[in-house]
Amino acid sequence: MKKTAFILVALFLILTLTLCGCKEEPKRGVGVDVDIDLSEDEAAIEYEGEYTKELAGTTINVFNWGEYIPDGTEGSLDINKEFTKLTGIKVNYTTYESNEAMYSKLKGGGVSYDIIIPSDYMIDRMKKENMLQPINTASLSNYKYIDKRYKNLYFDEQNSYSVPYCVGMVGLIYNTSVVKERPTSWGVMWDEKYKDNILNFNNPRDAFAVSQLLLGYNLNSSDRSQWDAAAEKLKEQKSILQSYVMDEIYQKMEDGEAAIAPYYAGDFLLMQENNPDLDFVYPKEGVNIFVDSICIPKSSKNYKAAMMYINFLLEPEIALEVAEYVMYASPHTHVMNNDDYTLKGNEYLYPNEENYPKVQYFKDIDESIRSYYERLWEDVKLY
Amino acid sequence: MNNAKIKNPKPKNYNPIICTPYTVWSIIFIIVPLFMVAYYAFTDKTGAFTFDNIAELPRYAKTFGISLVYSVEATIICLIIAYPLAYFMSNMKAGPKRMLSMLIMLPMWMNFLIRTYSWITILARTGIINTLLEKIGIGPLKLINTPGAIILGMVYNFLPYMVLPIYTAMLKLDHSLLEAADDLGASPFMRLRKVILPLSMPGVISGITMVFVPCVSTFYISQKLGGGKTMLIGDVIEMQFQSAYNYNLGAAISLILMVLILISLAVMNHFADKDDEEGGLIV
Repeated sequence: MKKTAFILVALFLILTLTLCGCKEEPKRGVGVDVDIDLSEDEAAIEYEGEYTKELAGTTINVFNWGEYIPDGTEGSLDINKEFTKLTGIKVNYTTYESNEAMYSKLKGGGVSYDIIIPSDYMIDRMKKENMLQPINTASLSNYKYIDKRYKNLYFDEQNSYSVPYCVGMVGLIYNTSVVKERPTSWGVMWDEKYKDNILNFNNPRDAFAVSQLLLGYNLNSSDRSQWDAAAEKLKEQKSILQSYVMDEIYQKMEDGEAAIAPYYAGDFLLMQENNPDLDFVYPKEGVNIFVDSICIPKSSKNYKAAMMYINFLLEPEIALEVAEYVMYASPHTHVMNNDDYTLKGNEYLYPNEENYPKVQYFKDIDESIRSYYERLWEDVKLY
Repeated sequence: MNNAKIKNPKPKNYNPIICTPYTVWSIIFIIVPLFMVAYYAFTDKTGAFTFDNIAELPRYAKTFGISLVYSVEATIICLIIAYPLAYFMSNMKAGPKRMLSMLIMLPMWMNFLIRTYSWITILARTGIINTLLEKIGIGPLKLINTPGAIILGMVYNFLPYMVLPIYTAMLKLDHSLLEAADDLGASPFMRLRKVILPLSMPGVISGITMVFVPCVSTFYISQKLGGGKTMLIGDVIEMQFQSAYNYNLGAAISLILMVLILISLAVMNHFADKDDEEGGLIV
């Protein structure tokens, strides 16, 4: 009995292995075809900047958010491969999950990155802590494409440390089959009518932001009583809240499991593809905006190649690929006005002047306030 | 599982060299981390000695309570399901026996996180159960994001750890003792109470430990099936390390949790030991 079972298992393993082997072969064949396609594509792209092979053979270490650059999947262009083809510079690409994770890795030392793409408040902090190298934007031939709306922002008033990459705003996603009237206020997240249909962020900063916006507070307030009030508001919401979520929001909104949730416009577009009942609104009280920008950390050992990489990311064709893939708003004027851009003028990503919401940035917050709201968040979550 | 009858802790061929790999392993990955937990628990962010972290703990008393209650409930449910199952399994013929133990182990081959995650799709309002219920005119019922869902998740994930030790203990049961009980006129119930139950006790104790300890410290199940609204003590610890970056407080809570677990195990072993010299197999 045992022996037969063993033989069966062994047979099964051998079979699967050989089958895998069989599948592997034709794949390689397909790979060759794709390569040919790519080279044809490449011929079609005209680059505006000057790219030389003088640094060929060197490597740059790029540290970016997960799924934040076209990598050749889903018919996109493999940006890093293109860059290597063009300049001979090898791209060593790694990813992180949060600004904080990236920060602690750099702060810990012992690592060297040439390119990072943090968000606004993190750039502010890293700049203050002298962790970034200046970028002479005048020497980047493609910098002229950056929309003036995203220049001279609070975290880099002189545009001397960062180059905007992607922009996003938090809004309210709602299911039109449940929420019949288009909501205009964050207050709908406290509406008893939608009990057990509401989701909220499962991290303190974003969850507090919703409540602070509703109360008309500054997101970066140093007034503890305002944080207290925001926490009270969250506690009040808890009885009608379905759950605190982060990534599960996709599944829950797409399946109709929940009907109201705050999230980013770019992610909403993805969810809407799977559930056309979903709609999105920027509440009147204002919203949280983020700008993720490209920076060069102090630890960079290949500054010149990093600058070349930044200029490459700003190439109109490349920036278009990025905008199509990432689905967040692009700060690149040439992309915004490009007729080939499938999201051109998208009302959610690029609201026009009259619909443009009041925006507030997260700023690097004082440590004592941070531990204060972390504690309040614990209170909210505990009972 | 198989540690029931170790009467002689140092066998004759005991050889320290053979044990070296594991000794080194346990020093690096068990003893040292334990000291680190203790160190963090009694220091502040600057590394100075303090009792502040311990003093914070009453704040989490209620959460400790909820965790204990849920874990005890889950453990009892596991025991009620597992004990009869293990008994019948041990009396089965070889074929079905192997089949059944395979079925019990099979889910353990799949990752714990994925198994828990799949319960979301089963329990959700638009999930499998509610879709079926709606077809016959009931519901939708609120199944997910409830304490019940959390306990269900615990029972589902840890049930094999209850079945297997009891089953092993039952297998070792000497059948001549059962026959003797029958011969001497014991009723089936009496036989169960006086013979089977005491003899299978080591398995039960071991099963309870293996279910209770992971239940009381779990955090993933409560987050996914409880909607993040019911925090268990594991969630609080996870939060200190993952988002609040307060390692010291996290370590202090872990330390107290460990002490509480040790105390409850000691209490349990004490009762189990009373009339059974073969107990005392844990800790």
